[in-house]
Amino acid sequence: MLVQFFQRTHYSLLLLGKSKEAEIKRINKELANIRSKFKGDKALDGYSKKKYVCKLLFIFLLGHDIDFGHMEAVNLLSSNRYTEKQIGYLFISVLVNSNSELIRLINNAIKNDLASRNPTFMGLALHCIASVGSREMAEAFAGEIPKVLVAGDTMDSVKQSAALCLLRLYRTSPDLVPMGDWTSRVVHLLNDQHLGVVTAATSLITTLAQKNPEEFKTSVSLAVSRLSRIVTSASTDLQDYTYYFVPAPWLSVKLLRLLQCYPPPEDPAVRGRLTECLETILNKAQEPPKSKKVQHSNAKNAVLFEAISLIIHHDSEPNLLVRACNQLGQFLQHRETNLRYLALESMCTLASSEFSHEAVKTHIETVINALKTERDVSVRQRAVDLLYAMCDRSNAPQIVAEMLSYLETADYSIREEIVLKVAILAEKYAVDYTWYVDTILNLIRIAGDYVSEEVWYRVIQIVINRDDVQGYAAKTVFEALQAPACHENLVKVGGYILGEFGNLIAGDPRSSPLIQFNLLHSKFHLCSVPTRALLLSTYIKFVNLFPEVKPTIQDVLRSDSQLRNADVELQQRAVEYLRLSTVASTDILATVLEEMPPFPERESSILAKLKKKKGPSTVTDLEDTKRERSVDVNGGPEPAPASTSAMSTPSPSADLLGLGAAPPAPAGPPPSSGGGGLLVDVFSDSASVVAPLAPGSEDNFARFVCKNNGVLFENQLLQIGLKSEFRQNLGRMFIFYGNKTSTQFLNFTPTLICSDELQPNLNLQTKPVDPTVEGGAQVQQVVNIECVSDFTEAPVLNIQFRYGGTFQNVSVQLPITLNKFFQPTEMASQDFFQRWKQLSNPQQEVQNIFKAKHPMDTEVTKAKIIGFGSALLEEVDPNPANFVGAGIIHTKTTQIGCLLRLEPNLQAQMYRLTLRTSKEAVSQRLCELLSAQF
Amino acid sequence: MIQAILVFNNHGKPRLVRFYQRFPEEIQQQIVRETFHLVLKRDDNICNFLEGGSLIGGSDYKLIYRHYATLYFVFCVDSSESELGILDLIQVFVETLDKCFENVCELDLIFHMDKVHYILQEVVMGGMVLETNMNEIVAQIEAQNRLEKSEVNRVLLCRPG
Repeated sequence: MLVQFFQRTHYSLLLLGKSKEAEIKRINKELANIRSKFKGDKALDGYSKKKYVCKLLFIFLLGHDIDFGHMEAVNLLSSNRYTEKQIGYLFISVLVNSNSELIRLINNAIKNDLASRNPTFMGLALHCIASVGSREMAEAFAGEIPKVLVAGDTMDSVKQSAALCLLRLYRTSPDLVPMGDWTSRVVHLLNDQHLGVVTAATSLITTLAQKNPEEFKTSVSLAVSRLSRIVTSASTDLQDYTYYFVPAPWLSVKLLRLLQCYPPPEDPAVRGRLTECLETILNKAQEPPKSKKVQHSNAKNAVLFEAISLIIHHDSEPNLLVRACNQLGQFLQHRETNLRYLALESMCTLASSEFSHEAVKTHIETVINALKTERDVSVRQRAVDLLYAMCDRSNAPQIVAEMLSYLETADYSIREEIVLKVAILAEKYAVDYTWYVDTILNLIRIAGDYVSEEVWYRVIQIVINRDDVQGYAAKTVFEALQAPACHENLVKVGGYILGEFGNLIAGDPRSSPLIQFNLLHSKFHLCSVPTRALLLSTYIKFVNLFPEVKPTIQDVLRSDSQLRNADVELQQRAVEYLRLSTVASTDILATVLEEMPPFPERESSILAKLKKKKGPSTVTDLEDTKRERSVDVNGGPEPAPASTSAMSTPSPSADLLGLGAAPPAPAGPPPSSGGGGLLVDVFSDSASVVAPLAPGSEDNFARFVCKNNGVLFENQLLQIGLKSEFRQNLGRMFIFYGNKTSTQFLNFTPTLICSDELQPNLNLQTKPVDPTVEGGAQVQQVVNIECVSDFTEAPVLNIQFRYGGTFQNVSVQLPITLNKFFQPTEMASQDFFQRWKQLSNPQQEVQNIFKAKHPMDTEVTKAKIIGFGSALLEEVDPNPANFVGAGIIHTKTTQIGCLLRLEPNLQAQMYRLTLRTSKEAVSQRLCELLSAQF
Repeated sequence: MIQAILVFNNHGKPRLVRFYQRFPEEIQQQIVRETFHLVLKRDDNICNFLEGGSLIGGSDYKLIYRHYATLYFVFCVDSSESELGILDLIQVFVETLDKCFENVCELDLIFHMDKVHYILQEVVMGGMVLETNMNEIVAQIEAQNRLEKSEVNRVLLCRPG
């Protein structure tokens, strides 16, 4: 009967699936039928309920929304029949629902099954928790599951499930899974008889150890001895866990991953044993295969690649590193595509190790060959990544040339990334800037459509900052522009560079001013509005550079197609430039249209873009890049400070000309995305419009300086709550968005915005949240925070969504402040004053005297200083009324010791706050933050 | 961690979809479609790994897939998983299906959707590898079958002819 039912229903669904309309019609009928059965007067028996729930699952699989049946599924959970319970749990696991009433019922059923001591039922319940993994479930069960996991009488299969279930809850709600006595017993599961239990426990420990390395330190030696037993055993010892002649490959992989959470073991015995394991694994790779089946080589190589990852991670045994590199070199030429792919990928990480960078470089020809001959874009992409990683000054010309030539035929999906990489390498390793200019112009010629603004802005920045390349650049763009068809990006670069430095080539009769102008103007009509606006600025610059072409240019500006252009920007520029060229004296023209000042040096916007594209972790050599660039680009002297050009702000001289109320249009290249001239644009990401900070956000922000949890923002629609925790230079923030209305929020998109200043110093990582927030519901977003270096600004959280018909846009400052990375330091009075004296350099001290804004209560003040993150040192200051604190700010790059002293003056209702740290900016910022608290 | 397991046929019809990270239903559907288009345009016999689409995407995520006759088995995983390990895991899953259904074919996935889920649950739990030993997995499934039989003794569950 059951079989017939399945055949009939599913087949009919299948056959009708040929026409979409027919399928939908058939399914709607089926849904109506099920709905009426559920709503009917006749109570359904367990079997029918099971049948209909199963049908709903199938309809859901086909891609149709299911908005009912949850209650029936929940009813099945409390059935005593295994099969009914099983399908009930399956439905709930697949069609997760956030209805809180239902969740209460589900949790109740789970609680009963967990307490049932029936291993089958317990397994089902644990599966359901692991599938749904919601915060509510974590609240209900995070305390219970560790007990199940470590209880002596728990069956192996339940232990396995409990370990993974706990892992899932830890991932969604780490704050709800407190470490405790159970952790040491979990570590001992690594010695369990049952390899399935060991595998599950290893997964769990690996995740927990990343955040709590101390707690799980003992797992290292246990993991090593377990691994050693697997690797050295004859494969028959492990019976069922031998997979195609490879002993326990998954467990080996997991153990090797776990070891990657830690530095090389300190105990020489453990370390020796591990080295022996790794050598054995490398040796086995050279043995003839025990089977011709691909599964055998897959399993064997899975272990091998993980071993190589561990070797690279430890980065301490040159001998092993070189062997790893040779092994990967072999794989680069292997006939299995998968192995070539993985070898390229692993080599990328190997290239950053100082021991093996040279060894990796020897494979350059193979990698270039892979770029040219691989059939698979995934593999070619990895080859590009590896070339990028192995590039240094010695091979940059070759690698850049190969990447450029590959670009001509590259897959569209990876062109933009290659363009960015070529641009970065060309800049980073340019010894000769003419090479750099050639490379970028080639990039534009070959892949103009994929050259983003950042790339062409950057070439202009560099040409402007380096006067030895300006003449060459002018000559080269002039020649490039002579091609009958050239990319608009080339017109932009050409227009800008000739506008600044056209005079350097004007002596040659082949590139006289008039020829330069005619060349540019011949492209004018084919260009988009922003480019034409840029060209108009070039023309006015020509008026200044070359008085002889002034009449020609005035004619062009005066023509109807400019003066009456439908585009406001073009029209305004034409009017103003024409007027400027007529009224202004040569001196004024020369001042207003003076050459652009050098750009302040800072992180390359291209690098920032690549990081954004690939995630910060993949752009590994950031520090390196920064260092090299500041040497390369600036040569010796520091560049001029960020001065605003005479052209980009309404200058007094312009006002004197009486050009009218409208501010003069910038003569630099036009705004690319509205607002601001080039100077602004180059440095600011042209993000979509972000709302100004919400009123009151400053006050709220200040409240979070000394505490981590609370409500950050609230209006009639939305409430934003925060919960955060920080440890050393890392932190994690849970942002809770509550929909206070009964209507859905749609397109709900919170965005974290770090200014360019902040970005290199603070890493924020998060995942997008569900774009729909149901009425009354709360969604959670986790932000992982890494403090790379000290910082001043706070990131901004922008939230955009649709409520009813209206678009909502809210911005608040996110209270991630430098003091969050404080670790308190206790010290005695003598030590304190000794250090205090050591930090007596005037730049190291910042002092602020200010009026108390709150009642001067000693206990409150103490709590605030502790909340601020420093230790509160008692009996240190000779004056007991004063407060003294000490701590260390942890950043990824450095640690900064901080001392503080707060002296209240009750009579005057004033405070004097003094901060001493080794870094001026840190003293300054901490003083600002803390002063606002009293 | 495995974010999602998708099985669809050569025409993109989903046959098994399991997400271990929450996505709204319509996004789930989009992910299935997008993934299908990504793997469909790839020849057989090339690399089994590729970067994910725009929805479960970014360099931290990969699609690892195998193509068996009419079906694609795609696991979407993050960088904490071993690519080759997952490739073998797919093989274990399919071999187990084959043992449980005796020469598994696409229709088995349709007619026994619930059973396929139960088998998967023995292999993967909450996005993590639960068990890789095929004998153990099959033993669990057989135990389930016995329970089922004892409960529904009138209705014999067997494979359709």
